[in-house]
Amino acid sequence: MYGKGILKGLGVTLKRFANTYLDDISWWMQGKKRYYTTEGVAHRSSKNTRGIFTVQYPEEHLILPEEFRFVPFLVYDEKEEGKKEIRCTSCGICAKVCPPQCIWIVRTNDPNTGKPVPEPKDFFIDMDICMNCGFCAEYCPFDAIKMDHDFDIASYGRNVYNLEKLSKSSSYYAGIRPLNYQKEEDARKAKEAAKAAKAEASATAA
Amino acid sequence: MTAPASTSTLDLVARFPDFVTADTRPGFSGFIVKKENLVEVATALRDEFSFDLLSSVTGVDYIAENKMEVVYHAHRTTGGPGIVFKTQADRVDPVEVPSLINVWAGADFQEREAWDLMGIKFTGHPDLRRILMWEGFEGHPLRKDYKEAFYEEDVKPYKSRWPEGNHSYVEFKNPFRDNLKLPEGFSLDNYQPQNEDQLYFSLERSSMRNDIGHGKELGDHMVVNMGPHHPSTHGVLRVAVELNGETITSLKPVMGYLHRNHDKIGERNTYLQIMPYTDRLDYFNSMANNFGYAVTVEKLMKIPVAERAEYIRVIMAELSRIQNHFIFIGMLINDLGSMYTPSLYAFEERELILDIFEAVSGARMMCNYFRFGGVVRDIPEDAMQKIKDLVFDRLPAKTDEMERFLNENEVLVARLKGVHLLNAEEAARHSVTGPCLRAAGVPYDLRRADPYSVYDRFDFDVAVRYNGDMYDNYLIRFDEIRQSLRILEQALKQIPGGPINSQKPQYQVRVPAGEAYGRVESPKGELAYYVVSNGKPNPYRYHVRAPSFVNLTAVETICKGVKIADFVALLAMLDIVMGEVDR
Repeated sequence: MYGKGILKGLGVTLKRFANTYLDDISWWMQGKKRYYTTEGVAHRSSKNTRGIFTVQYPEEHLILPEEFRFVPFLVYDEKEEGKKEIRCTSCGICAKVCPPQCIWIVRTNDPNTGKPVPEPKDFFIDMDICMNCGFCAEYCPFDAIKMDHDFDIASYGRNVYNLEKLSKSSSYYAGIRPLNYQKEEDARKAKEAAKAAKAEASATAA
Repeated sequence: MTAPASTSTLDLVARFPDFVTADTRPGFSGFIVKKENLVEVATALRDEFSFDLLSSVTGVDYIAENKMEVVYHAHRTTGGPGIVFKTQADRVDPVEVPSLINVWAGADFQEREAWDLMGIKFTGHPDLRRILMWEGFEGHPLRKDYKEAFYEEDVKPYKSRWPEGNHSYVEFKNPFRDNLKLPEGFSLDNYQPQNEDQLYFSLERSSMRNDIGHGKELGDHMVVNMGPHHPSTHGVLRVAVELNGETITSLKPVMGYLHRNHDKIGERNTYLQIMPYTDRLDYFNSMANNFGYAVTVEKLMKIPVAERAEYIRVIMAELSRIQNHFIFIGMLINDLGSMYTPSLYAFEERELILDIFEAVSGARMMCNYFRFGGVVRDIPEDAMQKIKDLVFDRLPAKTDEMERFLNENEVLVARLKGVHLLNAEEAARHSVTGPCLRAAGVPYDLRRADPYSVYDRFDFDVAVRYNGDMYDNYLIRFDEIRQSLRILEQALKQIPGGPINSQKPQYQVRVPAGEAYGRVESPKGELAYYVVSNGKPNPYRYHVRAPSFVNLTAVETICKGVKIADFVALLAMLDIVMGEVDR
């Protein structure tokens, strides 16, 4: 019969249309909110999603996975009395590995000896050029530069971030990437323990 | 599941002792042919040795030896490794090499590209115009002595970034005009663009007429410019179409609106730095692009890939293929005039796959996930669960639903069935690869024909259909989705544990001197990279053989004689992506 294929196709659309409301009703019966809740968004991006699929940005946000990467930031550790200790040693690996070459680092030199000090004097990232590849975070040996989750940063001007604007606390980092943070802390502690054990062993040997 | 027999024992030197020598440079392979006899050797390769598919044509500028080399890679559509042959010419301006367009029609655009970017003049090419740069551009940018407008240094990393890296904008340091080459006697005030004429003259009937022009009526014939924007927004492609009434008599695609000279950027970068740039080639399939580049450089470095990483790579590449074909189906229907509903259904599945990419690599489209010897990180547990949910549960059902939704739709069938795209012989002659070649009845799939990675361990069929019309080209995408799901099911069951990289993470890899040509089956066709290393941290030559670009060579053959109304659908069938065409 001519037109059977079209009717079959329309059946699919009708089913999809109905599913939206069926899901709405079943959520309502369970007393859950399908829209404007994290739970609702999570359901809409799961394998069971059917019917309506869209997320109403900016009222709703997609749930970002931990590995999501947007422009980089520099991590500092909070010490006593609110002292900020930046992890970066200005070794320059991130600047060397950066594909669009948007990282600029000024190394600190000791004013008396002229020798380099492991701390950046200034640090620039040209956010307009950054391609969010994540190499800087991946190859940093000090876990000092990480990729951010904050992507709503549209602005009217050009964005060259300096050291101050780039710095974010390690607790912020732990907040957006808990698993990675935990892994790195564990590795650091294991390394310190190994170092201490070695020192002890050499002390007893002596 | 048997690998095809090796055919690399072919001895071209014995067949042509007078003008063929083996390439004996360390790390190089293949044959060097005297350029006077190039056409003869190529014809013999095609007719006697059945190398019916010319994969790639590109040039290398050996400025130190004052030589230009043209490198050809030819393959058999029956499978097996290919043959590489080269010809050399003195580096004068212009370098002249005979054109192979009469042996393999697929050389057309690639030779034009080599002319445009390297300044190699292919004598005998009927339409040797610039292709990616604009007409009137001065110079050949891929030559080693060419410096682009915002030139900073020859290679990255730039020395101004560290340790005295005070930020400055490059355009202030190096104003655009300082480095701009213009033709002699050029003046912007009395500049008259006249290079469009060459384009219109290249159309078939135009030589018979003097007054050819933009949209001007020429008896029954008229020239219509489609684009640069419309051809249903696959990107900024322009097509000059010559029409007789409603029938296309001749057409020429005009491209390069998105050109950024990917090859030159690659030659400035270190090996690792190229990886995120490959994402931007075919931006729907950054995983497949990464795959091809990683395979090529691993070939050059002669390093193994971690076992688990091989499976992760296959999983990612096949997921990428599925979402690409879903988009293809959606956008094809869009091009046929049914806006939104089917394409948004397709986008839904794609979105779920992109969620996986995001969880694994950190980005939805610009994944940058592969490294030499493995991948960046293991698949997180929740993402693994999601892949399994999709592969075993959702995607098969949704593919069925999509088929139920569209395949029997009478309007769709009427538009697609019987509109001829390519037959097997035409497709191979024009170097068309991928689903379009397979829909013409040639079961040529690199995953089988020249297996890479761990594809030889999976049980799957090469999707093939025989009519070569639009409906077959459409249906073969569904076949491929199903085969990809089959591969995924096996890969997810077989995936072993262990490390995800065979190498230590290093930001500067050591690549021994030599050349490598690595190719993978991207969803759009054969994606290949040609990389020449001279042992330095940056590649000496980096070339991408983009499937969309080469497939576009056949567009004139495809569209000749069809109605203009079918043109957009035929173009959609080739599944081009401008990021890859224009590079």
